[in-house]
Amino acid sequence: MTAITADIVAVPRIIRSPGFWHGVIRRLSRDPVALVALCIVIALIAIAILAPYLAPYDPAKTSVIRRLKPIGTPGYLLGTDELGRDMLSRLIYGARLSLVMGVIPVPIAFIIGSTIGIIAGYAGGIVNTLIMRTVDVFYAFPSVLLAVALSGALGSGLTNALVSLTVVFIPQIARVAESVTTQVRRLDYVDAARASGANAPTIIVVHVLSNVLGPIFVFATSLISVSMILASGLSFLGLGVRPPDAEWGLMLNSLRTAIYVNPYVAALPGVMIFVTSICFNLFSDGLRTAMDVKS
Amino acid sequence: MTDYLHRSMGDLDPRDRGGPAQPLVSVQGLVKHFPVKSSGLFQPRKVVRAVDSINFEILKGETLGVVGESGCGKSTTARLLMQLVKPDKGEVLFDGETVGGAISLGDYRRQVQMVFQDSYASLNPRLTIEESVSFGPRVHGVPAQTAIARAHDLLHRVGLEPNRFAGRYPHELSGGQRQRVNIARALALEPRLVILDEAVSALDKSVEAQVLNLLLDLKRDFGLTYLFISHDLNVVRFMCDRVMVMYLGKVAEIGSRDAIFERTKHPYSAALLASMPSMDPQARALEPPLVGDPPSPIDPPSGCRFHTRCKFAEDICAQIVPPLAAISQAQSAACLMSMPRSGHSHAPVHGDL
Repeated sequence: MTAITADIVAVPRIIRSPGFWHGVIRRLSRDPVALVALCIVIALIAIAILAPYLAPYDPAKTSVIRRLKPIGTPGYLLGTDELGRDMLSRLIYGARLSLVMGVIPVPIAFIIGSTIGIIAGYAGGIVNTLIMRTVDVFYAFPSVLLAVALSGALGSGLTNALVSLTVVFIPQIARVAESVTTQVRRLDYVDAARASGANAPTIIVVHVLSNVLGPIFVFATSLISVSMILASGLSFLGLGVRPPDAEWGLMLNSLRTAIYVNPYVAALPGVMIFVTSICFNLFSDGLRTAMDVKS
Repeated sequence: MTDYLHRSMGDLDPRDRGGPAQPLVSVQGLVKHFPVKSSGLFQPRKVVRAVDSINFEILKGETLGVVGESGCGKSTTARLLMQLVKPDKGEVLFDGETVGGAISLGDYRRQVQMVFQDSYASLNPRLTIEESVSFGPRVHGVPAQTAIARAHDLLHRVGLEPNRFAGRYPHELSGGQRQRVNIARALALEPRLVILDEAVSALDKSVEAQVLNLLLDLKRDFGLTYLFISHDLNVVRFMCDRVMVMYLGKVAEIGSRDAIFERTKHPYSAALLASMPSMDPQARALEPPLVGDPPSPIDPPSGCRFHTRCKFAEDICAQIVPPLAAISQAQSAACLMSMPRSGHSHAPVHGDL
C-alpha cells in the first residue's frame, strides 16, 4: 500500500525513448542470418586467439613421409600439406594473420577516410573539389592493382601489406563519407544549428557525425571481406606474409601445385577465406537493414 | 535565466537601442545571384537573380508577411536575413546597426532565429527534443543543466509537456508537435525577430490554426517581431500587420495589410488576391487570374518584370524598371500605373501624396 501511494505521489518521471543504437541492436537480434554470420565471425576470432590451445600440432612442423595426406587421415583430420604440415593446425593458426590482415586496415581507413570525406563534404566548394579530385586519382586504379602496386613498391611483409591495403580503402571510404555528408549538410537542422551561432567543428561533432557515421560504418564493414580477399591475394603473390608463416592466402599459393594430387586439401584455405568474407558481408547487410530507421 | 519567460510586452527590452520608431530590420539594396552551370565553355556565365536589389523594413513588434509565387525569392530573402547565405550586395541593419559591422554576426544570430517549413528535416533525428532545444543556448555558453531547464520551460510554453516529450526523438512526434519543438528551439536563444519560412504550410488545417494561435500568443508574451513567409493569403491576412508582395526577386508592393488586401495598386498583387479561392459560389472565378509560370529568373524580362503576364502592360513597361515608390503613408508599389507621369496611359497626372 505504501509503495503504491509513493508511486502516485512521486514526481512524474521524464519518459525517455530508447536511443537509436538500442533500436539497431533490437532489430539486428531479430535477423537470423546476420546473427549466424556474427556467431561464425566471433567463433573465428576466438579460434584465432586460442590457436595455441586448439591446434593439435605445431603448424610449422614438416614431415617428409606424411606429405599430402587426404582429408580424414587418422590423427590428421584435414590432411597435410605439401611439406607434411598438419592442415588443421595451419588453418587454425592461419586465422590469426588472415583476420589481422583482413580486419586491421578497415578501421584505420575508416578513421582517415571518414575524416577526409566529412571535411570535404561539409566544407564544399573549392576545398571539396581539391580533396575529392585527389581522392579520385587513387580511386581510378582498380583496388587489386593499387594494392599490388603499393605492396610491390613497399616490399613484402605484413606491415607493408597492411599499409597498402589501408591506402586502397581510404579513397573508397572518403567518397562514401563525402556523399553522405553532402546530403546531411543540406538539411535544415544543419542550417538551424548555423543560425544558432554554432561554429563548424561543433556542428560537425553534434549534428553531422551522428548522422553520417552509421552509413559509413556499414560500408566499412562490407570492406572487411574485400580486405580479406585482397590480403590473401597479396600473400598469394608473395607480397604479404612470408613463408613459413601460416596465412590462408599464402597456403592457397603453396598448395596450388598439389591441386591435381589432392584437390580437397588444396581448396581448404580458399573455403576458409570464402566463409569468413561471406560472414562479414552477411553481417554488414544485416547491419544496414537494422540501421534503416524508416522501417 | 528564466525571467524572459515572464517578461510582458510593456517592459522595455534592454537590448532595444533605437526606440520603437527605429525599424528592427532595415534591408538596403540586397542582391543575391546564384551562378548556374553555363551551357558551353565560352558561353557567358549565367546567374539566377534570386533576389535582385530589394529594400524593405521590418518594424518593431509587427508581423511582416511575405507572399509570392514559388521561386520569387521569398526563401532566399529569409536565408539572406538569417545570414545563412552571403549577400552579393547590400546590407542589413539590425536596430540601426550594420550586421557584421557594429553588431557582430554572433550577437545578431542570438537575436534572429528561424523556423523552417520542413519540420522533420529541421530537427536532428539523433538528438532528443530537449537536446535539440537546448543546443543553441549551450553553444552560447549556458551550462547544460540551465539550458535543459530552459528547454523544458519552453516546451511547456509551446504546449508540449516536458515529461512526455523532452526525452523523445523527432520521428516519434507528429508534424504539428515537431513544429512546436522547432518554435521552442527558435525561442531558446531569446530572439527579437523570428523568421517563419512557410512554418505552417506543411501542417493540417486544424493543426495549422493551433500553431498560428500559439505564434500569436508567443509574440505577445515575448514581445517578438515576425517575418512571416507564406503562400497562403488567408493565413497572411490573419497573421500579418503589413504585407510584402514579391515577384521574380523584386518587391512588387509593400504596405499595410488592409492597403494590400483592400486597395492594392499593383496588378500582380491584384492577380494573387483574385486567385484566392472564394467561399461564395457566385464569386468563383472560372478564368485563372494569372496564366502560365513566372518567367525564368535567369533571363528576367526587361523593364517591369511582370509585363509579360500583366494585362495592363504597355510598351513603356518593357523599357522602364518601375521603382518601389510610396503611394500613400501605408503603401508602396513598383508599378508605372501608379507613378505620376510615367508614360503609362493609366498613370496619374499628379502625385497625390
